[in-house]
This record gives sequence, structure tokens and C-alpha cells, in this order.
Amino acid sequence: MSYEIRIENFEGPLDLLLHLIKKNEMDIYNIPIADITAQYLAYIDAMKNLNLDVAGEFLLMAATLLHIKSRLLLPQAQEDEPEEEEEDPRAELVRRLLEYQRYKDAAVSLDSMPLLGREVYARRFPSPDLAEPEESGFEAVGLYDLVEAFRSILREAPPESFHEIDADQLSVTDRVSGILTLLESRESLSFRELFTGRPDRSEVVVTFLAMLELVRLKLVRLMQNSRFGAIWLYPAVPVEEAASLQVEEDSFGYV
Amino acid sequence: MDTSELKAIVESLVFVSDTPLRPERIAEVIEVERGRVVQILRELETEYRQARRGFVLDEVAGGFQFRTRAEHVDWVRRLNKSRPFRFSRAALETLAIIAYRQPITRAEIEYLRGVDSGGVVKTLLDRHLVRILGKKDIAGRPMIYGTTREFLELFGLRDLTALPTLKEFSEIIPEVPDGEVGLASGEYPLAESGDEA
Repeated sequence: MSYEIRIENFEGPLDLLLHLIKKNEMDIYNIPIADITAQYLAYIDAMKNLNLDVAGEFLLMAATLLHIKSRLLLPQAQEDEPEEEEEDPRAELVRRLLEYQRYKDAAVSLDSMPLLGREVYARRFPSPDLAEPEESGFEAVGLYDLVEAFRSILREAPPESFHEIDADQLSVTDRVSGILTLLESRESLSFRELFTGRPDRSEVVVTFLAMLELVRLKLVRLMQNSRFGAIWLYPAVPVEEAASLQVEEDSFGYV
Repeated sequence: MDTSELKAIVESLVFVSDTPLRPERIAEVIEVERGRVVQILRELETEYRQARRGFVLDEVAGGFQFRTRAEHVDWVRRLNKSRPFRFSRAALETLAIIAYRQPITRAEIEYLRGVDSGGVVKTLLDRHLVRILGKKDIAGRPMIYGTTREFLELFGLRDLTALPTLKEFSEIIPEVPDGEVGLASGEYPLAESGDEA
């Protein structure tokens, strides 16, 4: 038997089971245990094959499913005496699934409410913690996202022209303090905003290096709110502290 | 003091408060009985709503606060250059369970979710959306959790009774009209075991 496995982000074994029940249009009050157990185990195998760490909870549920299955296989008392009915071995699992579904739905309806600082605003915002990147759906920016962002800015740079100039070259150090100054008045800064107007190639490169330096010095964090979304810079330390940090000229070893 | 003057004063107090202002507090400040204050607040609430102003007077977390209308969110975000924050599914699920089932222990949360929830509960505690209400009087004296005033403020709820009603089982699974969860074992054949002969 082969099952098509899609690795999705399941919150846990109950979530996965609900998904399998819905996908296969099973009757939750009459779950075909053998079938769902097989699919569930196939899913766990797939996770293992992908070298994903299978959380203990998933394994515990696998054991529960197998236990239920074995109990169902045992011959039932055949007497037609309904008052001596034993509870169906699946009953507890069904109750848990339904209960979990309720709270899953409740979570969705909570999320659809107009939230302070998200849909509605008062004259002061709620504790700024809520905007903190960790739980707010922001992801740390990966190297390739950075490279892509860099490339797209470069694409907009005008083609290089050749004529003799004695340009006042922008230094990485200047840009570092420039970015820190910008961050002083703002809570966050988008990557795009670092490049105003039509920056030329060298300005793009220098600014990019300055940003990387700030990340390396742990003064700035880069986050994005969706894959390929805009990249945002956040001060990683209170801005006053960062601003007071004396950046030595040529301390980065660039010319 | 005539009513219109009183109303203007109440309005100004709500205006300067950075958290939802409780009628008790207003009553204390202006030395008018609470019932009168509530009546004035209700009038203001209606007036703002009917006049379709840029903000409304909302009753949240036991107090009153001026808040913008949700339909103007895009403009406000543009001004603030802010991005909407998002809850993770784990955080929302756990928050929903705590909100509806409080007081609740961590073990109970984990039974309902089927996964370890220590980390997410801690996050909710750190965000002041959840608090420790005390300890349950059972073996091990586990901590019991509930939601906070900040939770009500964030979700714009007057109190916990204003939470959206939990769907009943029967609404989730429409095939079963009576919403019966307990299973009578006679109802289904052991189809998958092939043991029907």
C-alpha cells in the first residue's frame, strides 16, 4: 500500500489525525481504525525518512492507535444485550478529536477578531512585546533571501558609466552610522529604505556591507514576515546604546 | 453640573487615559455616582457610533477606550509604517483553550492539544496574555492558568462572557444531528477488521 504523503505543519498528532479523517472523508464517529492507523504510520515513516525528529507525542499516538486496533480485533461478546455494552475502544479518541477541533475553530475565530494594534488602534499601543518578532510570524532572514534582496537592488542601479571622477567614496563606517541614525527614530527599517533614490553600484555594495557588519556586531537583527517577503531591520540592542558605540574609522578593514 | 458638561468631562477623561478607563474610576474622580457615569458612557458610545467618526468608544476589559474602526486599518498601518503581528497556531490554540477552559492546568492543556505546551504557555505568560491563577489542590499542586486583562484589551472583549460561543460538536460534524459523542458500540460494524462472518 502506498500513500501520498505531504509534509505539512501539523500542530500535533490530533491535528494530523483530523487532517487524515478529513482528507479521506471518513466518518469521525466511525473511524476505520485499520485504515487510519496505516496512514498515520506511513506519515510517521515519511517524517523519519526525511530525518525529521518525530516528536514523542506522535509515537505515543501511534501506540494508542495500534492499541485501539488490537482491541477492535478481539472478538466481541456476541450476546444481544445492549445494556451490557462496553464502550467502543475508539470513543475516547473521538472525544479528544472533537474537543481539539472545537479549540482549533475557536483559535481561528479569535484570530479573526479585530485586535488592538493589528486592526484597531487606541492612542497608545499595547505592550510592544506583541510586535516582537519571535512569535509574531517573523522569520529570521536566510542567506539566500539576503542575496536575492541585494541582487534586486543592484538590478535597479543604473549601468556603470566610465568617466574620471574623484568621487567622495562612501565608506562602510559612514553607512554603519547612517543606518544606526535611521534606526534611532524608528522601530524598524525596511531593507529597501536603506537605498533612497537611485543608488549606484558602489553605494549598494557599501550599504549592504554595512548592514552585514551591523548584523555581525549583533546591533541589528534581520527579519521578514513571510518567505520572500520584505526584509526588515530591527535594532538588537536599545538604540541609544548602539548609537553610543564608537565606530572606529576603518575598523572593518574596508577601504 | 448639567449633563452636557458632565458628558464632556467624562469624554475628556477617557480621552487622556491610556488604558480602558473604568466607570468606577471616573465616578471617583468627578464625584458622581457610578450609574450616572455608565449612562453617560453609553450615550457617548452611541453618539460616536452613529456619527461615524474615525474612532469609536469601545467597552473593553471592564473599561472604556477610544479606538479606531477596524475598516480603517490599512490607512493607520500606512501612517505607522507598521506590519500586522501574527500569532502562531500553537499560541492561538493554547490561548483559546486557556480562555475557554480557565482555570486550567498545563497537563489539561496538553491533553487537549496532544502536544507538549510548556514553551507556548511560557510565551503567553511573557506576553501577559495569560497568568498564573494559583495552584490546583490535587497531587503535585500544579499551577492553574487563566487569561489576563491585557488579553481582553487585545481582543477587544468586555469580559470573558463576550468570547465567541464555542461551536457545538454537532456543528462541526453535521451528519450527526444530536451531537452525541458517546458511542454506542452497536452502531457500527467492525468493518476494517473483516471479522464480520
